[in-house]
This record gives sequence, structure tokens and C-alpha cells, in this order.
Amino acid sequence: MSPSSSGPASAGPAILVEGLTKSFGDVHALRGIDLSVPRGTVLGVLGPNGAGKTTAVRILTTLLRPDGGRAEVEGHDVVREPAAVRRSIGLSGQSAAIQEELTGRENLEIIGRLYHLSWPTARSRAADLLKQFDLVDAADRPAKNFSGGMQRRLDLAASLVGQPQVLFLDEPTTGLDPRSRLGMWEIIRSLVAGGTTTLLTTQYLDEADELADEIVVIDRGLVIASGTAEELKGRVGGDVVEFTVPDRRRVADAVAAIAQVGTGEPHVDADTGVVSLGVGGGGSDALIQAVRGLDGAGVETRGLALRRPSLDDVFLALTGHAAEEEERPGKRRGRRGGRGKSRNDTKPRDDTAKGES
Amino acid sequence: MTAVAAQGGAPGPLARARWAVTDTLTITRRNLLVWMRVPAYIVFTVIQPVMFVLLFRYVFGGAIRVPGRIPYVDFLMPGIIAQTAAFATFGTAIALAQELKKGVIDRLKSMPMARSAVLAGRLVADTGRMLVTILIVVGVGYAVSFRFQNGIVPAVGMVVLATVFGLAICCISAYTGLAIGDEESVQAFGLIWLFPVTFLSSAFVPISTMPGWLQAFANNQPVTFVINTMRGLALGGPIEANLLKSVACLAAVFIVFVPLAVRAYRRAG
Repeated sequence: MSPSSSGPASAGPAILVEGLTKSFGDVHALRGIDLSVPRGTVLGVLGPNGAGKTTAVRILTTLLRPDGGRAEVEGHDVVREPAAVRRSIGLSGQSAAIQEELTGRENLEIIGRLYHLSWPTARSRAADLLKQFDLVDAADRPAKNFSGGMQRRLDLAASLVGQPQVLFLDEPTTGLDPRSRLGMWEIIRSLVAGGTTTLLTTQYLDEADELADEIVVIDRGLVIASGTAEELKGRVGGDVVEFTVPDRRRVADAVAAIAQVGTGEPHVDADTGVVSLGVGGGGSDALIQAVRGLDGAGVETRGLALRRPSLDDVFLALTGHAAEEEERPGKRRGRRGGRGKSRNDTKPRDDTAKGES
Repeated sequence: MTAVAAQGGAPGPLARARWAVTDTLTITRRNLLVWMRVPAYIVFTVIQPVMFVLLFRYVFGGAIRVPGRIPYVDFLMPGIIAQTAAFATFGTAIALAQELKKGVIDRLKSMPMARSAVLAGRLVADTGRMLVTILIVVGVGYAVSFRFQNGIVPAVGMVVLATVFGLAICCISAYTGLAIGDEESVQAFGLIWLFPVTFLSSAFVPISTMPGWLQAFANNQPVTFVINTMRGLALGGPIEANLLKSVACLAAVFIVFVPLAVRAYRRAG
């Protein structure tokens, strides 16, 4: 994909954000975040609902003016040169670009026209994208008959009509069933392999782990950690000992029994009775100590194991709360109505509701 | 991927003006395609006005005495056509509220298209749709023995005035759709103001049959001015005073609501 549009080919990063702030009334959605995304790489922006992810994407895609700080895309300032920014970006996420009454092909052709392609070019571009996204069979059916996964693919195709140098994917798999999620990952991976700089927001740690070169973790409007998935896992302090206590009344005893083993405080999930503990480089020694401690205390456990840390552990270690407390695919309400993408989205606490619900 | 014509750098003012027009036409085309695909929209914009014509012509009409020696259907049709134009704008408000809620407007705004095109394309498509509806209602009127009494040019003038009137209401609806941003609320709000202003006018009955306090309102509101002008154009008779008042009121609506709608659109999303 060759950069086709606009502006001075700057040598800097594709996306540069410095000290970006944005408040809605007295809710501080962004409290000074910095980001830098080198060309041809994927940045995963990870955070729970209301962390400020969507606000950041809206500023970077010229839909919202920041209160303070600076943001550049392909060397163009988002506030001073919004038109140049719009010529270099594609935005996808939930299926907002799709007009459900129109066919997949019509949707893409019209988007092509809005990118000022001639009719023949818009047509051939639409045909190519339908092929690329495995939508040829459904191309001439109204998009409302598409499955959720197909709608997302069509939406993603729409964001590529203008051959963007920088792609923003705002929660591309939120609300999809597991199989469609894997399909989307496959497609995103192939796009990224083509060299498109990508900023991906997600609340799914496995998604960031799968797709991103670099990850920043955002919580309450601040970047609280950044690095590769491996580096972030290192932040937890190495391996994790984890087990389930079937008898909830004995959880406290179990925690006391292993308190000396780990590098930090054990974490208890009160609902499931799962106890996890970072044990640093202690590895199997720590596991043996944990077994002895639990045995000595006479606590029955299940599934006691030593495992490599997941990004869930990272998030827990960094923020003290889990990242995916509420939102999982399938929990969402109806296809359209539940999308929570309401007009009020620009208002304060709605960053929670926005796009992310 | 195939090669796509390079979009080039920043476009000049001439290119921007041309794109504003082509983008508006593209959005218009998209909106009209959607309209033709949704049976409910067709029912709303065509069947409903036709039912009103039949209802007033055959059910209520017999009980309504109109001044002069004109048949009730001739009195009725200009009123129903104006109401049809006004009610057609429900679609404008609802469509914009939906697009806002779904994030369509956001997405279009993130693209390098002319930003004015979303609103302009909506107004052009809905005005076209309105004109089609008006012509259908005129046709149905003819089928139930309505006749223009005043020649072809004033008849065309009546249709033009109805369309301009509808476009003015369309601007108000565009503003309410974008400002309220929720389709059910928008629909409820539309009913709350459009029903009274169209029914409390000279549309269906002579105002002289209303109680005095209501006459004071009905005699002096824009919809009455417009309908009286339309009636004059359709049936003959003096129109100057009502036409002047209509033009002034419609101009005022455009002056107030076009900027409001544009502002609401800019802020939307």
C-alpha cells in the first residue's frame, strides 16, 4: 500500500501525542497522555470502559478538539490541519459506516465516491475490498442481513477505501462472538503485515497481546504503563501461582498460608474463589512452597498450577482492578439498540457508554 | 490492492466547491436508495397522506361547510398538501437522529469529504421525496374530483410554495433531530408541535368555525398564511397579502434554523 495522499512526508512517527488533555465538564477523560507510534507498527491502547480510549481516538481522528496538548498524525496537527489528517486516516470500529438498507457493494461504492474516486474506480475498489474481506457472496444483499462479523468486516473494508496510511480501530471486536473475533484478528494481522500503521483500542488483553507491537495501558485518562506484551508481563513479577479454593470459607486461610511465598499480595476473586499470586522468578520452588503451605494449613485446593502471567495479571497489578469486569461479548444488548452510542456521548461520564458499551 | 487515483494534497477552492456539490449528490443518492428500500418509509410518506385525503373527503367532509360555493374537496386539497409537506419532515428528523446515534455522522466527518454534504444531502433528498409525495397527493386529489381552478402556472406555483414551505419545516426538523439526537424523542417532539400548527390553521376547516380564542391563533400563524396563499393559487382569488406574509415567515424560519441546524451538526457526534 503506497502512501497516496497529502502533505510533507515527515520522518517522525506516524502518530505523535504529547500531553493531551480533554475534560467534559468536571470529568477528566484525558489527563495528559503521551503516545508515539512508529510507522508500520501497531499500538494497542488497552483500558477498561471509561479509561479515555475512545476520547483519544476521537481527538486523533479530528472529531473532537483537545483542551490541551498536541496530537499529530502523519506530521499533520489534528487541530490546525484536520483536512490533511482526514486524508491520511481510516477509522473503523463498530459498524457505524454501514448503511444497513444498502448492499455491501453499494456501501463501499458510496464511500469510494465520498473519497472522490471516479465511479469506475470506486466500483473496482469496492469489488477488490469485497474479495479481500471474503464478502463476495454476500456483496449484493442488504447489509442488515449480514452477521455481526460480516458487518464488522464490511465496516473495516469501508475504512480502507481511501487507502489510509494510518488506521484507527476502535474496539474492532467488541460484541463479536469468539469465532468472528478470531476472523477479525486474522484480517487485522494481514492488514498490519501490509505495513499500515495501526492504533487499536481494546478492552481485551488477549487482543492487544495478539495484535500489537507495543501496548499502552490507559486508566482514568492516564497512561499507566507501556511496553511490549512481554515487558508488561514482566511488570507482574514473573510467574504466577494460581489455584481455586472450593470452600469459600477457607480462602482467608489459603491466603495466609501462601503469604510468604510471593513477591506481592495474593489476589482473590471473591466470586470464583480463584487465588493468584505473583512469585517472581521463584518458579517451581515457589510452587512447592505454596503446596507445602496449603497442605500445612489443611486447605483443599483445585487446579493448583504455575503459569506465565497474562495481561490480565498485568492490569490487575497496575490498577488494582480487573480490566474486563463488566464487558464481555455476548453481554451486549441487541444488535443496534444496545450500542449505547448515544448523542450524549460527548458528555462526561459517557465516555463509559461511548462506543465502549 | 489496486492502484487508486492519488487524492493529491490540499485541494484548491475550486475543487472544494466541486466536491461540496458531488458529495452532496452522493449523500442524496444514498438517502434516496435507503428510502426506497424501507417499506415503512413509503407507507409513512405516501399511504398516510392518501388516507388523510380519503378520510377528510369522504368521512369528515360531508359535515364541514366552507364559505363560497366551492366544493369541500377543493378547499381541502391545498391544506392537505401543506400538511403532507410538513409531516414529510418527520423523516428528516428521525433519520438525522438515527445517524447521529449510530455514529454514521462521526464516521462521515472523519473522511475527507465536504462536511456540509451530510446535511445538504439530507435536505436535498428529503425535499425530492417530499415533492414526490406532494405530486402523488395531487394525483389522488384529482381522482376524488379535486380540480385546480386557476390555470397551470398558479397550480405549479402552489406546488412550489408547498415544497418551499416543506423545506423550511425540514430545516426545523433537521435542527431538532440533531439537537435531540434520539429517534423516539424526536418523533414525539415532532408530533407535539407539527400536529397543532397544521391542524390549528385553515387547512381543514374555515377558521371562522373555531372559538374566538383559537381564531386569534389560527388566523395569525404562518401555516395559515401559506395555506391561504396556496388556496388562492389553486382556486383563484387575491393572494398578495398572504403571499407577502408567507414569504416573510418562511424567510425568518430559514434565517433562524439553517444556522441552528448547521451548528447542531458541527457539534454533533
